[in-house]
Amino acid sequence: MPFEEPLIQLRAKISELKEYTATAEVDLSSEIKSLEDRFSKLEEEIYENMKPWDRVQVARHPERPTTLDYIPLIFNDFIEMHGDRLYGDDAAIVSGIASFHGQPVTIIGHQRGKDTKENVRRNFGMPHPEGYRKALRLMKQAEKFKRPIICLIDTKGAYPGKAAEERGQSEAIARNLVEMAGLEVPVLSIVIGEGGSGGALALGVGNQILMLENSTFSVISPEGAASILWKDSALAQTAAEAMKITAPDLLEMKIIEHMIPEVRGGAHHDPQKQASIISEAIRRSLEELNGMSGEELVDQRYRKFKSIGVFSE
Amino acid sequence: MAIIRDIFKRNKDSKEATMPSKAAKDVPEGLMTKCPNCKEITLTKDLEKNNKVCPKCDHHFKMTAHERINGLLDAGSFESMDDHLKSENPLGFPGYAEKVQADSEKTGLNEAVLTGSGKLQGQDIVLAVMDSHFRMGSMGSVVGEKITRAIEAATDRKLPFIIFTASGGARMQEGVLSLMQMAKTSVALKRHSNEGLLFVSVLTHPTTGGVSASFASVGDINIAEPKALIGFAGRRVIEQTVREKLPEDFQTAEFLLDHGQLDAVVHRASMQNTLATIVRLHMKGAVANG
Repeated sequence: MPFEEPLIQLRAKISELKEYTATAEVDLSSEIKSLEDRFSKLEEEIYENMKPWDRVQVARHPERPTTLDYIPLIFNDFIEMHGDRLYGDDAAIVSGIASFHGQPVTIIGHQRGKDTKENVRRNFGMPHPEGYRKALRLMKQAEKFKRPIICLIDTKGAYPGKAAEERGQSEAIARNLVEMAGLEVPVLSIVIGEGGSGGALALGVGNQILMLENSTFSVISPEGAASILWKDSALAQTAAEAMKITAPDLLEMKIIEHMIPEVRGGAHHDPQKQASIISEAIRRSLEELNGMSGEELVDQRYRKFKSIGVFSE
Repeated sequence: MAIIRDIFKRNKDSKEATMPSKAAKDVPEGLMTKCPNCKEITLTKDLEKNNKVCPKCDHHFKMTAHERINGLLDAGSFESMDDHLKSENPLGFPGYAEKVQADSEKTGLNEAVLTGSGKLQGQDIVLAVMDSHFRMGSMGSVVGEKITRAIEAATDRKLPFIIFTASGGARMQEGVLSLMQMAKTSVALKRHSNEGLLFVSVLTHPTTGGVSASFASVGDINIAEPKALIGFAGRRVIEQTVREKLPEDFQTAEFLLDHGQLDAVVHRASMQNTLATIVRLHMKGAVANG
């Protein structure tokens, strides 16, 4: 990460000194100590003051944990379910059933790859209509068996392709929005990486929306916004700030209920620990939602989304 | 011939002209209209009588929200609502407030959608008509709120809801708030639907992006005007992504009909009768359910 550059340089310097003391007959331990102190101070300074663009970089980090990384760390007995029963199975969305602290749940999440081969298979986490229709099938199934639905959002957006249009990308997303509105079970949507536009929102009509500290949720990518607004995608950094797309921004706008803290430097530094932080957030949210009746859940979701918007009258 | 072409140049071009030609002064602006499709020149008066459809090639011109309502509802029956809502500038985008203000003055609308109730061949309906002359019909907080309130009015009064969509999608200057209007209108539609009430979506040129991917696509009945551009992603984006030339008719109403995404493509001349018949065929059921 570019914003971590000073840390990397300092780290290199420290290990250089350490190596030197090991071979030479000089005691540099006090110098090393002071450098290490400086390192942790600098680390704090950098990670506590992350700019929106830094967070975009972390959200897109190739090593950032994905849905399939988190599932075994958070849930037990996961069984993946495939296919929309209409056309095919979209590998850009994974879904299935599992247990969470003994409670059966349905999990649905965008799935990107971490290397080229996997990304080609997962279409870079950009779903086709059959992915959204699989998600809806699993949501309806969850409703039938009265289990909560946990959605993990991590996509640049729905796939802008010819086949996707032919098979009704718009309708697939729109249908999910309307049907999610009526689900009589708790729906928890958690943005774990990028939340790109309608393709993210199609898993986002939850009773609560949670976002990891370094995740984003936006109507358009910073690059896209920059190229449309200023005809220059190089201004993405400026757009990232102007568009207010980070978790702290959305918390302030009251669009999301909670921000889930990340391990220092981003989730990829310690996926195991990050998973346990997410797990705790899910436990807390489900505790709030589990006591509500189907009708109350639908009503709460309705009121939540109806109140979003800024205007005067 | 060249002179005539100058006269009928599109507005966009004439704005850039530094000196109006002598001939242009002699012909009052807007007396004639040139079809952007077949280039046929028609008296604007005749064009309006023809529902703004080119008499030669059947091209459906864009309509303002007021033109649409005048041509559709029983005379004098329309009562607009929520004309007082005003957009704010939640992200503080430079120039945004001014652009909204300018379009408001240009169109006489408070935002890119006109909503209200009226009579369609004697039958009460709630109607929303988007207007692409206002910020490309893009959906920000006010558009989302007005459509949501219109749907709620239809739910409360147990009336059918009809929307004419025309939109480039979500309004970028309002960021994620615009995106969330897709969810907001959806939760209202779900309530309307649960009451057994009818929702007809009429997709007109253009209906793309976030509007296409929300209420526009989930009518109990989805109909479109001929040749209307309808799609999720923009043609250029798709061409860059898939690196192949897309067919000429890609994302047209006819293309969507072929691919099972629409119930019908309806010519503007038959629109009022078609909608009125659809509403009539749903009347009994709605009463029985109520």
